[in-house]
Amino acid sequence: MTRFQQLIAKNQAALSTHRKTVNVVMLSLTGLLTLLALIPLFWIIGYVVYRGGKSINLDFFFHLPRPLGMAGGGVLHAIEGTLVVTLLAAVFAIPPGVLAAFYAVRNPNTPLGVALRFSTDVLSGVPSIVIGLFAYAIMVKPMGHYSGLAGGVALAILMLPTIIRTTEEMLKLVPHALYEGSLALGAPEWKTSLSVIFPAALNGVITGFLLAIARAAGETAPLLFTTLGNERYDIMGIIRNGILQHQSFFQIFGRLVNQPVDSLPLTLWKYAQQPYPERIDQAWAVALVLMILVLLINIFARLWIETRKRRLQG
Amino acid sequence: MHTHAKTLSEAQLLKRLRRCFQHGDRPWQGILITISILIMVLILAIGWMLWRESADARSLFGLKFLLPTSDASWDPVNDHFQAWPFIFGTLLTSLVAILLALPISLGIAIFLAELCPEWLRLPLNWLVELLAAIPSVVYGLWGIFVFLPLVVAPVGQALANTLGHIPGLGLLFTGPMPQSGSSRLGAALILTIMIIPTITAVTRDVLLAIPNHQREASLAIGATQWETIWQVVLPYSLSGILGAVILGLGRALGETMAVTMVIGNSIEGTPSLLRPGYTMASVIANEFAEAVTKLHTQALIEVGLVLFFITLLLNMIAQLLVWRVARRTPQEARA
Repeated sequence: MTRFQQLIAKNQAALSTHRKTVNVVMLSLTGLLTLLALIPLFWIIGYVVYRGGKSINLDFFFHLPRPLGMAGGGVLHAIEGTLVVTLLAAVFAIPPGVLAAFYAVRNPNTPLGVALRFSTDVLSGVPSIVIGLFAYAIMVKPMGHYSGLAGGVALAILMLPTIIRTTEEMLKLVPHALYEGSLALGAPEWKTSLSVIFPAALNGVITGFLLAIARAAGETAPLLFTTLGNERYDIMGIIRNGILQHQSFFQIFGRLVNQPVDSLPLTLWKYAQQPYPERIDQAWAVALVLMILVLLINIFARLWIETRKRRLQG
Repeated sequence: MHTHAKTLSEAQLLKRLRRCFQHGDRPWQGILITISILIMVLILAIGWMLWRESADARSLFGLKFLLPTSDASWDPVNDHFQAWPFIFGTLLTSLVAILLALPISLGIAIFLAELCPEWLRLPLNWLVELLAAIPSVVYGLWGIFVFLPLVVAPVGQALANTLGHIPGLGLLFTGPMPQSGSSRLGAALILTIMIIPTITAVTRDVLLAIPNHQREASLAIGATQWETIWQVVLPYSLSGILGAVILGLGRALGETMAVTMVIGNSIEGTPSLLRPGYTMASVIANEFAEAVTKLHTQALIEVGLVLFFITLLLNMIAQLLVWRVARRTPQEARA
């Protein structure tokens, strides 16, 4: 025991019982509150696994919806829609996000760098429904119809702050010596950034992308009036028709993204409001798929980032 | 300069050009700066587009659109719109959620930052953050079929029977509680669960950033651990905690899907927590895709504009508060 600790021990012996009780009660209260907050987490996960597990099957993944009363319908349209929209969003958001992260890392204290980080933080607080309205105003209204493209833009804006922030964190972890070494060999800054720093941070950066994509895949509000929903969306059908009609690649691609599409969260929302038990069951199954997707990506990404941080920080 | 360069040989010109571009670094810097500025402009663009797209509604209804009234009408058939019921619903549910979430989050943050053994800290952090990772529609689905009937309905009934009879305060708790449980109370409770991770994470980081000598000094003069936390650590981190609360408030104001699914979506005159209501976000989510008249669309966009401005303001304040704490103790921060 150090002298300091002895002093504390002596003082503690002289404490009045009242103060001791308050201490113990309040400290255990904080632990209880932590447990309290975890109840809904396990309750939600447990219940979704239970209800979703009962109604999930292979048809669910491989078939388009069928009319009520017919067995064997699935949500293939929504799975495909989610894929298309989130991939579009990733393509739109990742390049600018990474470049902005490069700027933020190299210029943390310039006025523009501070302003960039500030506006990134503020952008991440803009409600997703407002971003949906914005995407409606800049995409749907001028184009005159709802489309997967508009949904992709909305989700891209939503992903941007996450991508910038996680990429910045990962770039920061790359040892400064690598940067200096490359510059000392005569490589220009852009080459250093793209072919030395970026590859060194790549694993972590990709993890960050995955986190952002997982988050975007679970979003509903920005898609309500950008992608709208489309129960007949069928990628294979569109591609087959396109090839049969000798359409070019760009025409087929255009037809994939330039029409209303559905997504898993959107389908969940619609089904949950319907009075039919089959639809409710499917809503739970969608919830299960969404939750597994999001939780798995989250857990693995965090594990990965944590080990990487440990290794780099020694 | 230009005329001078003409007289140089080609090799010299190339050299000068290369120096000017610094082997591609100038364009690279240019690209980075352009992208960064574009991202900043994005926020302005959002505000500007919403402002422009709601022009007719703004000029037609003016301030009456926002001001509190007891008999507000939202009437797409006769093109008459007043947003007060939604603003009220948003404010009421978010404030109740903050009041409930703050003590819980504070407790969790204290536990995580001050008391928790090292091996438990990381898993607990993750679990609390997973709460934020669950998609909002999943919360909504769980809310409709599990949380509302099993928790909210009985709690609401109990509140109506007890607090509902107190004059004044009772206005907030007048029943009858709907059988399904769909109510502002349900929305507020779901919001509470959803913003706990936000407030907890920021508060925990703020607490961890407080220099250890503050704690040691307090313990050394004989304070108990709780007294140290309550009288030294918390006052020291007050502005950061305030920032966390405002961030949580911003999140609660903008939360859409879960709230839309549990709040019942009706415009009612009563201010009661136990009755169904509407929030700004949920009215947009419910009506926008089906809005037929131009004015209806514009009125909904104006609601979005109001929501945007409120959250923008709150977020700016919160970021400044959190940054102040974070910058005050950068070197002394505990790992």
